Amino acid sequence: MNTTDPGIDRDWLLLFGAWLISTLAALGSLFFSEVMEFAPCSLCWYQRIFMYPLVIVLAFGLFPVDRGAVRFGLPLAIGGWLVAAYHLLLYEGVVPESASPCRQGVSCKEEYIEVLGFMSIPALSLLAFTAVVGLLLVLQRRLRR
Amino acid sequence: MKKKTLVIATVIALIVAFAFAASWYRGAEAERVETIADESTTVLVPNHAMTLGPKDAKVTLVEFFDPACETCAVFHRPVKELMEQHPERIRLVLRYAPFHHGSEDVAKMLEAARLQGKYWEALEVMFATQRRWASHHNPQPELLWQLLPAAGLELDMERMRQDFAGFEVASIVEKDIEDAATLGIRKTPGFLVNGRPLPSFGLSQLQQLVAEEVAANYSD
Repeated sequence: MNTTDPGIDRDWLLLFGAWLISTLAALGSLFFSEVMEFAPCSLCWYQRIFMYPLVIVLAFGLFPVDRGAVRFGLPLAIGGWLVAAYHLLLYEGVVPESASPCRQGVSCKEEYIEVLGFMSIPALSLLAFTAVVGLLLVLQRRLRR
Repeated sequence: MKKKTLVIATVIALIVAFAFAASWYRGAEAERVETIADESTTVLVPNHAMTLGPKDAKVTLVEFFDPACETCAVFHRPVKELMEQHPERIRLVLRYAPFHHGSEDVAKMLEAARLQGKYWEALEVMFATQRRWASHHNPQPELLWQLLPAAGLELDMERMRQDFAGFEVASIVEKDIEDAATLGIRKTPGFLVNGRPLPSFGLSQLQQLVAEEVAANYSD
């Protein structure tokens, strides 16, 4: 084993996991909008703005495992997490829609699909962002040591 | 190199999975719509729907359209040409899918004009002047109230306003919106040829599907 390619270690796997989740989420969102033809609401677009760059940033951070991937990836993931959390609160009716920024176009409360019978699209998004933030935080701690 | 291989293999696997899922979903969706169309003819062609062409034609082309949709205006002539290519064999059924905010009112205006026997004339004027009353995806039905009589259409405008506000006209548009949702119409124009949706959107795909149905239903 040479020094430039130390093989698959735990750090690399953590980053790979975060990349895989963000890629699955990006493709999933494209499946909803392009194949199933669900129109994305404004909050969905903000979440996409945070999720799509993660696919590229984390992929380049994998070769080799780069502290920069955490530096640039974590703010994106946290930003997306905040929007997703707000979206889910709105969707579940905790926050009233009148207080929300999305009144024109597609309603952010539009119910399109419940994956496995209970997971709404905003819940899926929040789950993905939570996982990415979690993995990147663990990686950050490991790289600091 | 193992890592790079893993990432590249993952990317390829995900793209292939996406393509398979997309083609499976489209197939399942087409089947679902065909089943609904088979089971209930009124979902596809309700009694109130405006039709063109012989009633006993064996090919029924249902078009869900939005009066404010530019592509619908572009498709208006090719669809009529398509009917001329297969004379007496196609029945066109026009239905509303007013997805633009405000175009529901334009659909109601068309129905009100229809009550005075001026549906096709009003439709022509509406598409011809679409750029003026629906520019930048912002329909302004108020403008049409002036454009219709200005185009030389002999409409009793007072009666038209009454019909426009009436229950009859509203319920037709409502039923169309409901059926569009049931039949999975999310974009306009949405075509169904004998209950079959287009495999992908496009004029040539429409021409091909119509040709297929004509060939399947007429022997020569």
